[in-house]
Amino acid sequence: MTTQTTQPALDRTDERLTGDAGARGLVRSSIRNIRDGDLGFLPVIIGLVIIAVIFQILNPVFLSSANLVNLALDSAAVGVISLGIVFVLLVGEIDLSVGSLSGFSAAIMAVLFVRHGVNLGLAVLIACLVACAIGLLYGVLLTKFGMPSFVASLAGLLAFLGLQLAILGSQGSINLPYDSGLVQFAQLAFLPAPVSYALAAVFALGFLLSRLDRRRRRARANLSTTPLSLLVVGTVLLLLALEFAFWYLNQARGVGWMVITFLVMVLVANYAITRTKWGRSLLAVGGNREAARRSGINVNGIYWSAFVLTALLACVGGLLSAGRLASANLSSGTGDVNLNAIAAAVIGGTSLFGGRGSAFSALLGTLVIGAIASGLTLLNLESSWRFVITGVVLAVAVGIDSLARRSRASHGRA
Amino acid sequence: MPGASGAPSATGEPLLSLRGVSKSFGAVQALTDIDLEVHAGEVVALVGDNGAGKSTLVKVLAGVHQPSSGTFLFDGRPVTLGGPSDAIDLGIATVFQDLALCENLSVVDNLFLGRELSPLALDETTMEVRSWELLRSLSAKIPTVRIPIASLSGGQRQTVAIARSLLGDPRLIMLDEPTAALGVAQTAEVLAMIRRVSERGLGVVVISHNMEDVRQVADRVVVLRLGRNNGVFDARTVTTQTLVGAITGAEDHR
Repeated sequence: MTTQTTQPALDRTDERLTGDAGARGLVRSSIRNIRDGDLGFLPVIIGLVIIAVIFQILNPVFLSSANLVNLALDSAAVGVISLGIVFVLLVGEIDLSVGSLSGFSAAIMAVLFVRHGVNLGLAVLIACLVACAIGLLYGVLLTKFGMPSFVASLAGLLAFLGLQLAILGSQGSINLPYDSGLVQFAQLAFLPAPVSYALAAVFALGFLLSRLDRRRRRARANLSTTPLSLLVVGTVLLLLALEFAFWYLNQARGVGWMVITFLVMVLVANYAITRTKWGRSLLAVGGNREAARRSGINVNGIYWSAFVLTALLACVGGLLSAGRLASANLSSGTGDVNLNAIAAAVIGGTSLFGGRGSAFSALLGTLVIGAIASGLTLLNLESSWRFVITGVVLAVAVGIDSLARRSRASHGRA
Repeated sequence: MPGASGAPSATGEPLLSLRGVSKSFGAVQALTDIDLEVHAGEVVALVGDNGAGKSTLVKVLAGVHQPSSGTFLFDGRPVTLGGPSDAIDLGIATVFQDLALCENLSVVDNLFLGRELSPLALDETTMEVRSWELLRSLSAKIPTVRIPIASLSGGQRQTVAIARSLLGDPRLIMLDEPTAALGVAQTAEVLAMIRRVSERGLGVVVISHNMEDVRQVADRVVVLRLGRNNGVFDARTVTTQTLVGAITGAEDHR
């Protein structure tokens, strides 16, 4: 701090830069970002608060621990599918078949495991491999045959739904035994309270350490740094928020392992997108495919990896929801699963146009979708109205995204 | 640095030398018997009317097209370029007119795109420091390297594109219409930067339509007309009138 007065940081020497140093500058620049249309996660967080307030007024059960435990578990399965959607959206493509892919995967696993007595782990592995092959197929259809992923996956949507029905056969439903690992994991595996509190502390500590490390490197290279006070405040807030959330869930059944699994997947995906060369390549391909190609990026490989990951995560999400319902049946992955997973990613702020987005959008978007579904169920509304309301929320979210995009363009931001 | 004086008739081995290079696309003879020499530290302007073969020639140099006949010497050794990556490996960098930047990514991200440091845990700090060093050495006026390209002006984008091509330590850099869409001040800035690049000892090939820019920045001017050489001029002594004559074919300098 003392050296900065004598010598400005390497990236703060241009006189046109307005003073964004220090805590006050950071607040000022965030306000400016929002005004210019760089909204970040603000709309979705405000949306979540509004939804929570409305449903809590309509039905006081909504924010009860018991309901939130269920909400968290329900969201985790769709959230995993939605996390996969983030990857294809980042490269500017789409997979409309994630719903039927999740149902198809659940059916493969259930048929192998229950009807043919295959070991559960092997059944899961085979389902995952089939999903990866399907993702690769979409990628190859796009890169080698120039087939738009929109069409390829729309065809896949129908075809894999058909295969799901075919392998489930005339009975149409396979119940998974309650003592199987998958059902145990998805329904009954909760963290012991002390473990959950410790885990919350680990998350916060991890955040602090990674930020401190970045800060130290930047300081050593004479680059501007985030004020230490702000880091500490951020960490404390994160810690309190996590501890409170876990404490609140612990008042009922607790924090499901499935929820933690989803959170960890989001963190890993976020690291992969923001801190690896592969993630940077995803964003580059989504932003300007030709530029990425000329930079020596293996564009086809990037497309393939995105489609494979999307399909794989759709499969994992399908398996988790099968575990949660303890069954794989004709309606697994049908109905609104597809739209919910895609809508969640978009509501969370991942652009449909490629090159912009975050793993956290799957988390936040899924919470919005899940909260609406849960609230409407509590109100005993028919599913017809649930569809209408979810549709309206999606339209509003995309509308905000488009408006913010226009504002960013007019304020010279990406 | 060698050739820093930028003398038009730089002595010694040329960095790049084409002899009798031809390129045909089916029945169309796009280039016929082209000779071209570029020395280290020299700026060579390539001018000609639309369809004169400038872009084809640049693509041959960039390894995008393979010449139908003729010899291609780099550093005195004959080379054949099988593709763009061969050209890059040799040390020939090209900044195409569309710049090929990712508007959604920041300046640093674009500079290091495809050659990020430590792929599994990106070294953002070192990349940012090296970006600043590079931009400073070019006296580039970019306020911050952490904003997306979309926020930059045309001249700033050109600067980033040129800086990016320099990161690979090339020996020859080709610029396709670097000032085409720029205002007066930005054009001057980019031209000054082109001079600084050549002062580093790089050979520079600039394609341009603007005769004023050409005479200001280049050491030699190579005129193409209908796919053939139509004269090589000393940029300091040639008049715009002579150049226009050579370009339009009013004067034959073959």
